[in-house]
Amino acid sequence: MKKLILTTAALAFSAGFALAQDTVRMGTEGAYPPYNFINDAGEIDGFERDVGDELCARASLTCEWVKNDWDSIIPNLVSGNYDTIIAGMSITDERDKVIDFTQDYYPPTDSAYVAASDSVDVGSAIIAAQTATIQAGHVAESGATLVEFATPEETVAAVRNGEADAVFADYDYLLPLVEASGGELMFVGDPVPLGGGVGMGLRESDTELRDTFDAAITSMKEDGTLNELLIKWFGEGTTTY
Amino acid sequence: MFSFCSDPDALDTVRWFSCYLTTGVHMSFYVAFFKVLLLLAVTAPVALGFGFLGAMAARSHFLPLRWFGKAYISLVRGVPDIVFFLFFVIALDQAFEWMRHQVLCPGWDQPIWQGNDFIVCQAAKLPLGTSPQWMHQTYGFGLAVITFAIVFGAFAANVLFGGMRAVPRAQLETAEAYGMSHRQTFWRVLVPQMWVYALPGLSNLWMVLIKATPLLFLLGIEDIVYWARELGGTKTPGFTSFPHGDWRMWYFLFLLIFYLGFTRVSEVVLESLMQRLTLGQATAGGEAQRKAVPR
Repeated sequence: MKKLILTTAALAFSAGFALAQDTVRMGTEGAYPPYNFINDAGEIDGFERDVGDELCARASLTCEWVKNDWDSIIPNLVSGNYDTIIAGMSITDERDKVIDFTQDYYPPTDSAYVAASDSVDVGSAIIAAQTATIQAGHVAESGATLVEFATPEETVAAVRNGEADAVFADYDYLLPLVEASGGELMFVGDPVPLGGGVGMGLRESDTELRDTFDAAITSMKEDGTLNELLIKWFGEGTTTY
Repeated sequence: MFSFCSDPDALDTVRWFSCYLTTGVHMSFYVAFFKVLLLLAVTAPVALGFGFLGAMAARSHFLPLRWFGKAYISLVRGVPDIVFFLFFVIALDQAFEWMRHQVLCPGWDQPIWQGNDFIVCQAAKLPLGTSPQWMHQTYGFGLAVITFAIVFGAFAANVLFGGMRAVPRAQLETAEAYGMSHRQTFWRVLVPQMWVYALPGLSNLWMVLIKATPLLFLLGIEDIVYWARELGGTKTPGFTSFPHGDWRMWYFLFLLIFYLGFTRVSEVVLESLMQRLTLGQATAGGEAQRKAVPR
C-alpha cells in the first residue's frame, strides 16, 4: 500500500501538479443570476455552471462545484480549498496581482445603475454596490456616496427600502430584476463599460491548469458553443465572440 | 415533491406553498437546522473540556503551564471572533497540510509558499482533492468545531477559573485537614462545588454560542442564516419556478421564533440544572433549599 502511494506520488510529480489531479474544485458564489445561482433543486445553476461543465468535459477533468462567500472567495482559493473561481469575476489588474486569470469567457461587460425613480443623479447620489467588486471601486471614484453590501441581493434591497438611491452592478444581473419589478425599479444614467471581461480565477502557481482551461475556452469560442450559451442565458441582444 | 408541482403557476396559494416549501433548496434549509444543532451538541462539551483544561492550567503550581493557561485565556478572549474565524481556520488548515506534506512528500523540491499561494503536494491535501464533497464538508465542520471550541473554551476557562476561586477557602482547608492530597482536594472538594458558581457564566456562554453559528458560513458551511438569506432573497422568473419578492423578513422571522424557542428550552434546562447543583451547597440558594425541605 505504501509503495502504491509512493508510486502515485512519483507519477504525480512526473505528470505535473495540475494534471495529476483529475478532480478540479470549482468555487462560485451561487447568488448572482444569471451567472451563477442556486436552483429549486438546491444545485448550482446558471451560465457559469454550463460553461464550467462544458470546459471540464473538454479538458477531461472531473469537476466538483463548491459554494463560497464572495468576501472570502480569493483567500480560500489561494489557500487551496478549491482550485478555480468561476463566479462572474471580472479580470482586473488588482486581482491579477493576487491570482491568475484565464482568458475571458464573457466579453467586457456593461455595468448599470438601477434606481426606484428616474430623477436620481448617479454622480452625487447614494449608490449601493457589492463589496470588493469593480462596481464598488468605480462608485468610490465617481464622487457619489458608496454603501457596500456583502451580497448582490442586499444591494438591490437597499434601493427598494430607500437606504440607497441607486444600485450599481452588472447590467445582466440587474435586467431580470428590473423586468420582474413591474415598474418599481428602472435603469438610470448611462451604462458604464467596466473591467476586462469575466475570466476564471486560478492560483498563480497553477499555470498548467490555467493553460488547460484557456485551451478549452478557445475551442468553445471557435466552435460557437460559448456564443450559444451566452445567448441562452443573456438573451439575443448580448455581446458574443 | 408532489405530483401537482410540475406547473406551479397554475396552482392556488395553499398548493403553491406546499410545493414551494418542499423544493430541494428548502430541504437543504431544513437539514441546516440539524447541522446547527449537531454543531452545538458537539461543540459545547468540547469547549467545556478546553475550558476545564485552560482553567486547570491557569491555576497550576507549575509556572510555565500557568503562563500558558493565562496566555490562552487572555489572548483568545481579546481577539475578535471574526478574525479568529477568517485567519485562524485557514492557518489551522494550512498547519495540518504542512505537517502531512513533511511526512508524505519528502522529495518535494518546490517552495510551499509561492507568493500568495500555499502549495503542498496532492497527497498532503486535506481532504484529498479527489474526495467527494461530503468529506470536504465534514472536514470543514470539524475545523468549525475545533475553532468554536478554542474560542468558547477560553471564555469557559475564565468562567471556570472564577468558579474555582469562588469555592470557600474553608472547604479546601477542611479537606486538607482531613489529610487529602492536592489532587484529592481538587477532584473531591473543589470541582463538585465550583459548578454552582460557574453555571451562570457558562449558561451565558451557551446562549452566545447558540447565536454564533452564522460564523459557520465563513468556513463554507451553509447554516440556517445563510439559507434564510438565500431563500428569502428576490427570485425572478426564469431562474426558478417559484418567483417571489424580497421575503427575507419572513424567513428571518421564522429564525427569530426558532432561536427564541431554543433559548427558552435552554433556560428551562439550565434552571433545573442549577437547582440540582445548588442542592446541599453552602450558598444562599442551597440554604433556601435546605430550609424549604422539611426534615
